Amino acid sequence: MSATAVAPRLHGIRRRRGLVLAALLAAVCAAVVLSVTIGAKPVPLADAWSALTAPTGTENDIVIRSLRVPRTALGVLAGIALGVAGALMQGHTRNPLADPGLLGVTQGAAFAMVASIILLGAQSLLAYIWFGLAGALVASVCVFTLGMVGGRGGPTPVTLALAGTAVSAFLYALTSAIVLLDEQAMDVFRFWQSGSVAGRGPDVVWQVLPFIVVGLVLALVNAPGLNALSLGEDVARGLGQNIALTRGVGVTAVTLLTGAAVASCGSLAFVGLVVPHLARPLSGTDHRWLLPYSGLIGAALLLVADVIGRVVAPPGELEVGVVLALIGAPFFVALVRRRKPVRL
Amino acid sequence: MRLQAAGVTLGYGDRVVVDGLDLGIEAGTVTTIIGPNGCGKSTLLRALGRLLKPRGGEVLLDGRRIDGMPTREVAKVLGVLPQAPTAPEGLTVADLVARGRHPHQTWYRQWSSDDESAVALALELTGLTDLAERPLDELSGGQRQRAWISMALAQGTDLLLLDEPTTFLDLAHQVEVLELVRNLHQEAGRTIVMVLHDLNLAARYADRLVAMRGGRVVAAGGPHEVLTEELMREVFELDAKVIADPVAGTPMVVPIRPLSRP
Repeated sequence: MSATAVAPRLHGIRRRRGLVLAALLAAVCAAVVLSVTIGAKPVPLADAWSALTAPTGTENDIVIRSLRVPRTALGVLAGIALGVAGALMQGHTRNPLADPGLLGVTQGAAFAMVASIILLGAQSLLAYIWFGLAGALVASVCVFTLGMVGGRGGPTPVTLALAGTAVSAFLYALTSAIVLLDEQAMDVFRFWQSGSVAGRGPDVVWQVLPFIVVGLVLALVNAPGLNALSLGEDVARGLGQNIALTRGVGVTAVTLLTGAAVASCGSLAFVGLVVPHLARPLSGTDHRWLLPYSGLIGAALLLVADVIGRVVAPPGELEVGVVLALIGAPFFVALVRRRKPVRL
Repeated sequence: MRLQAAGVTLGYGDRVVVDGLDLGIEAGTVTTIIGPNGCGKSTLLRALGRLLKPRGGEVLLDGRRIDGMPTREVAKVLGVLPQAPTAPEGLTVADLVARGRHPHQTWYRQWSSDDESAVALALELTGLTDLAERPLDELSGGQRQRAWISMALAQGTDLLLLDEPTTFLDLAHQVEVLELVRNLHQEAGRTIVMVLHDLNLAARYADRLVAMRGGRVVAAGGPHEVLTEELMREVFELDAKVIADPVAGTPMVVPIRPLSRP
């Protein structure tokens, strides 16, 4: 192959990546259709369409507009957020087993929710979500600050992981103490911990949307810097990358995305951990493609898991968090057994 | 003077490794830093490449304080290859080399024809064009090191700092990498600073040797001036005979015994 033959090869790769992106988009659209039509009350596709375009107030119209659509929208948002956050987290820590919860975001949200109940008498779902978001942000800032104390010139993946584990354990202990003392807090915590996209109205979707949009923009801006960082901090610095700034943007994106997802849907295990491993064989090591692929796969996975949860145990439903853990755990074991997890 | 350390003090944590060191690098030369383990040669190279911020003194790039320049601007003039870098699994040679274009890209303009030709040229110079699509993990140690150098070349700088580019390589691959360095110097007039452990290869491939001990420069100059029996005793605490390399005529060190342990 001559030097000039490199060019067509690169163009070929770009076209293939575009096709994969289109295929993943199609998969998400298919999952959206399933999520809108399948459930305790199946709605034919034509009726679902007319409910959206020309509602006449039938029972189907109400089911679609007030239940299925917000539920599906939240599933898409949370799936994208957790998939992208997982890929960012694994990229920044260079650890294939890193999870967005590593920054203490999940435990921060849980603690703030139960604390708001006993200290401030919070009552509504919307209030819990605001407190959850705030808790996630505060916990992440604490972890980042603690992680900075040990390292020279910015937190390193190791100090971040250590600080995250310590803060998470501390918050979990406080949360446990509170829910043992207060029954209402216990109920909210239990509901939250199982992880669900059901029963949240459109107001919840609008509430978390701006956080997720900002988080996604920051994530995409972060992608080229993350590519440089994946060669090691010294190489990245040599390539003119500002390490502290790149880490800061990345951590902010992970916090916003994960915080919005866990505050609104509860703890959804495995999405952030597994999805990047599904995306990587399609995207390679380039984060400019890995991040969008992870987002789309996350959305499709979350919606499909939610649909499965609606049909496996009629007349009841399984929460999507439970379904994800049930299919995610064996799936992850299979993934690890089939190939050793990649070195990042 | 392309690159200059003026009274730099360097260290990690509470430990001072280099104290008030002066060193100048002339344009178009190959300078090799030698010295025993822990003498501060890699630390000095990292400071010259602004990977480590000096505690005192300053590093000047083309007469300007390197700390005061935007790091991206520095990256367009100065390439640094740290010791034993690692890449994510599955990264291909072409992708690694393409990442050398990072300082020339912005988030809204990711790839240009300049990038394209710089990558093609860097692959050609390092003889890796045919291996461009291979994952890095499948290459031999020498090829992998060439791929990293190729990445630094794609960066398009005429000043290159290489920290032990021959570590973990067998002798044939060490020579292969150093021949490449020599070509880069001779054909394109690049200024190169590297840290090497092998004194005989250092003498053969450098215009100028800098011998360090205990964070100070003990001797600097042409290989014949620096690599003497007396310096071997002073810097490496080694009783040695220095003869002429029968191939290149440069000084060659034949060790006899360490001074401290008879």
